[in-house]
Amino acid sequence: MNLLPDFRTLRPATAAEAAAALAGAGARPLAGGTDLLPNLRRGLGEPAVLVDLSALPDFTAVAVLADGGLLIGAGATLEDLAAHPTVRNDFPVLAQAALGVAGPTHRAAATLGGNLCQDTRCIFYNQSEWWREGNGWCLKLKGDKCHVVAKSDRCYATYHGDVAPALMVLDAAIDIAGPAATRTVPVAELFAEKGDRHLTLEPGEFVAAIRVPPPSGWRSGYEKARIRDAVDFPLAGIAVALRRDGDILAGLRVAVTGTNSAPLTVAVPDLVGRPWDRESAARLADAVRKTSLVLKTTVMGAKYRRRVAQGLATRLAATLWAAG
Amino acid sequence: MKSILALTVNGRRREDLVPDNMLLIDYLREVAGLTGTKQGCDGGECGACTVLVDDRPRLACSTLAHQAAGKRVETVEGLSRSGRMSALQQAFHEKLGTQCGFCTPGMIMAAEALLRKNPDPDRDEIRAALAGNLCRCTGYVKIVESVEAAKGVAP
Repeated sequence: MNLLPDFRTLRPATAAEAAAALAGAGARPLAGGTDLLPNLRRGLGEPAVLVDLSALPDFTAVAVLADGGLLIGAGATLEDLAAHPTVRNDFPVLAQAALGVAGPTHRAAATLGGNLCQDTRCIFYNQSEWWREGNGWCLKLKGDKCHVVAKSDRCYATYHGDVAPALMVLDAAIDIAGPAATRTVPVAELFAEKGDRHLTLEPGEFVAAIRVPPPSGWRSGYEKARIRDAVDFPLAGIAVALRRDGDILAGLRVAVTGTNSAPLTVAVPDLVGRPWDRESAARLADAVRKTSLVLKTTVMGAKYRRRVAQGLATRLAATLWAAG
Repeated sequence: MKSILALTVNGRRREDLVPDNMLLIDYLREVAGLTGTKQGCDGGECGACTVLVDDRPRLACSTLAHQAAGKRVETVEGLSRSGRMSALQQAFHEKLGTQCGFCTPGMIMAAEALLRKNPDPDRDEIRAALAGNLCRCTGYVKIVESVEAAKGVAP
């Protein structure tokens, strides 16, 4: 591990001050630090300023709105989110995804906003500086070639955040604060499918809060496959929200993580209006296969991750269909 | 760049001139002289550096010292009273929860955080609370038994 670069830390008290600080050259936001600081120890970035957002007002609050929706400060910890009674009861996919992140000590510090904005990962990137130098660097940092896809002109580092797909199937939106007015966008629009620039935030912008609409009859769940049951990032993660009306599937939303450079909404074929059956499962598996682009970016082979993503999706949808 | 860091460490208020980029583990070990907190993987994967910040477990290797400003930090040194081990420390000693001892301070602080939040955890809850703490001697059975032995005993 390297020493940390010689950055300054600022702790702004208002969103406007934070935006101004983040617009400066070489500034990066800091929340829990569980992703950023270990990455900086490996020489993955050399910020001049870290802007600690923890002192912003209402940054850590999890508020249940009058209509049954949620307004969650980006600084709410994953531990708080996973333990919140309303989140557990009405938005199980969100509680399960938050509880599935890393280990308990990480979750006590890691925040929702930090989890969403976590860096993409790759076996050629999450290595020590001397390892990467010995390997001739890579397209994501300092280098000009991709070791995953030779001759590629884009970086294929993978997004492994657990919570983003959960928010996507809940149809949640993100309040992005910045130097201009705060803008609110669907969660999927925070991301771009580029391994080396996977967030669409402009200079000075940061994730301020997350808005989740009321559950209104949607059942939901999250499942991830990983090597160990604790701490590990997902080899593939699937979030499903499903609405059942008697014997008819009335709605289905699916999102996938750990497969591409961004969490993606799966374009579900027209399965609503009839019961969930084996044909529905096969068509959903096919849609997951078409959406995901799994490459050799983890120690686990790509073939397994491709298949497990499909398996998780069909199993989770069937479980939610059968529940109650 | 350095600035003043004011916080409470093991019940005592401190003020130190600390570099902005200093990690909490380096502050505790090098500045405060509290070497009970161990530097294991040094990358947020093993839990050996677990300390408590405002009663919650926290990886000191993945936290800046200044992130603890104004907060209560507790290390394994803060658990004993007048030279006597706490009930949890005593349980690790008696139930052989310690082998080489390197993961022990982190295990004990993670278990302490659990017992403060949930004084009567079952075996699964103990295992879940220690899921981020690795023991390279692999003495997990004895570690879980140690925490079970300490629950319900006055600290």
